[in-house]
Amino acid sequence: VAAPALTFADPDDDTLTINGEEMVTKAPLPAHLEDSLLPEIMSGWHFRNDDTQAMEMDDFDNPGMLAVEDAMVAWDTVEGTEGKSCASCHESAEDSMKGVRAVYPKWNEEAGEVRTLAMQINHCRTENMGAEAYKYDSGPMAAMEALIAVQSRGMPVNVAIDGPVAETWEQGKEMYYTRFGQLDLSCASCHEENYGNMIRADHLSQGQVNGFPTYRLKNARLNTVHGRFFGCIRDTRAESFAPGSPEFVALELYVASRGNGLSVEGPSVRN
Amino acid sequence: MKLATLTLAATLVAGVAAAADAVAPGDVEFDEYGAVATSLTGQPGDPAEGEKVMTNRGLGNCVACHQANVLEYAQFLGNVGPSLDGVADRWNEAELRGILVNAKKTYEGTVMPAYYKVDGFTRPGNAYTGKAADDSFGPLLTAQQVEDVIAFLGTLKEE
Ligand code: HEC
Ligand code: HEC
Ligand code: HEC
Repeated sequence: VAAPALTFADPDDDTLTINGEEMVTKAPLPAHLEDSLLPEIMSGWHFRNDDTQAMEMDDFDNPGMLAVEDAMVAWDTVEGTEGKSCASCHESAEDSMKGVRAVYPKWNEEAGEVRTLAMQINHCRTENMGAEAYKYDSGPMAAMEALIAVQSRGMPVNVAIDGPVAETWEQGKEMYYTRFGQLDLSCASCHEENYGNMIRADHLSQGQVNGFPTYRLKNARLNTVHGRFFGCIRDTRAESFAPGSPEFVALELYVASRGNGLSVEGPSVRN
Repeated sequence: MKLATLTLAATLVAGVAAAADAVAPGDVEFDEYGAVATSLTGQPGDPAEGEKVMTNRGLGNCVACHQANVLEYAQFLGNVGPSLDGVADRWNEAELRGILVNAKKTYEGTVMPAYYKVDGFTRPGNAYTGKAADDSFGPLLTAQQVEDVIAFLGTLKEE
């Protein structure tokens, strides 16, 4: 009778297929995580209950796919002063966006900065289309990210951590292990030291971002990576950081690299 | 220590309500193992209130991380921390007070939050708003709530 939660606590051994295609949801530790407490890396999918898991296995059951349909319309819609749509330059998303999600955030040589996928989308909107930027963690942004993520489904996350991004990656790593707020908890306190445990009704995962954007049953919409980061830091009773801030860009680069080897799953379904 | 003890002594003599004369978070004295011998209020804790603090999400929410058989009714008890069954057999009152005030003095590097501490945080916030802390910033629990929780934990005996 003591601690009945324990039996439910461990991640399961189910296999994730999406539309029949098998995903890699457990993978060996990337070399840069060898001094962490993790034995292997795992998708957040393993920590959800069977019903939630099932919703991600078929696009007809995945509510996140409705946003992908919206984004397909947006892709072809001319906006801004240049009279262009995404399709004007990139033609079909199926071809031009294949593999893109798997390697972001990544270094942009011309701008001399680390760019998240959202930053790149907004760069194209403002510079190439003369359109307004999407709000960083808005619905239209999450939808466009989902459309782009779908084109990389099943491909391994493969974010570069060296060369010009090394400094930003180190900054992200430091943040990951910094204890924030009055509860004095770091990302690692929950997602490295305690993944698999229950924090009240929440089953703690490794906090991977390979499934983003995620459709959450809790708020019934697609959620961005920075939206999630904001919430997790807020929940330590801390002053959080703004979506799109340099701090969250660095943190995203680092957290994404912790998932190197897992399949791109977005848009995933979580609770 | 001296000052706190004096204040407490005065409180006891005068027999007034504790809140105003509670030991301030910054004045709590720990021994080398992290225990706090002196009551924060000089008033006995109320175990029934302590139980509420432990199960209430907006108060201690201890059940986010801890299970105890008598608290099962609160449902979805977490397991980040150890079960509290029999905790009063393992720790005396001073030790429990130390764990509550600042668990890091007992367990180095623990994830358990400090419930009666107001400084030394990185980017402290205004409760769960994500905004910066303002003038209303105070310890997670009041001195009396800490004493109430200790009184409740004192009832968790197995031997
Ligand atoms: C006027 C042309 C133009 C338009 C319109 C445009 N883009 Fe781009 N986009 C580019 C160019 C040029 C690049 C950089 C090419 C490269 O280096 O891969 C790029 C790169 C990208 C990349 C990164 C690809 C990679 O491999 O790193 C994404 C993602 C992207 N665009 C999305 C969009 C979206 C979404 C829209 C519409 C909202 C859009 N673009 C509209 C010209 C455009
Ligand atoms: C107080 C505990 C706690 C802390 C601290 C915390 N998180 Fe979380 N996080 C959660 C919970 C609970 C969930 C929802 C269940 C899950 O997926 O783990 C979650 C979910 C996530 C997810 C979604 C995973 C998925 O598969 O959908 C990501 C990503 C994440 N956290 C990243 C972070 C990062 C980065 C930090 C530090 C800035 C952090 N978390 C700090 C509790 C925490
Ligand atoms: C975020 C998680 C968390 C919360 C919230 C939390 N604790 Fe803990 N607690 C722990 C952990 C973890 C330990 C074990 C110490 C360690 O090894 O780090 C612990 C240890 C203890 C112990 C010693 C247990 C023993 O058997 O030796 C007591 C007593 C205790 N906690 C009481 C409380 C009370 C009362 C509250 C709420 C007012 C609370 N805790 C809130 C995580 C938590």
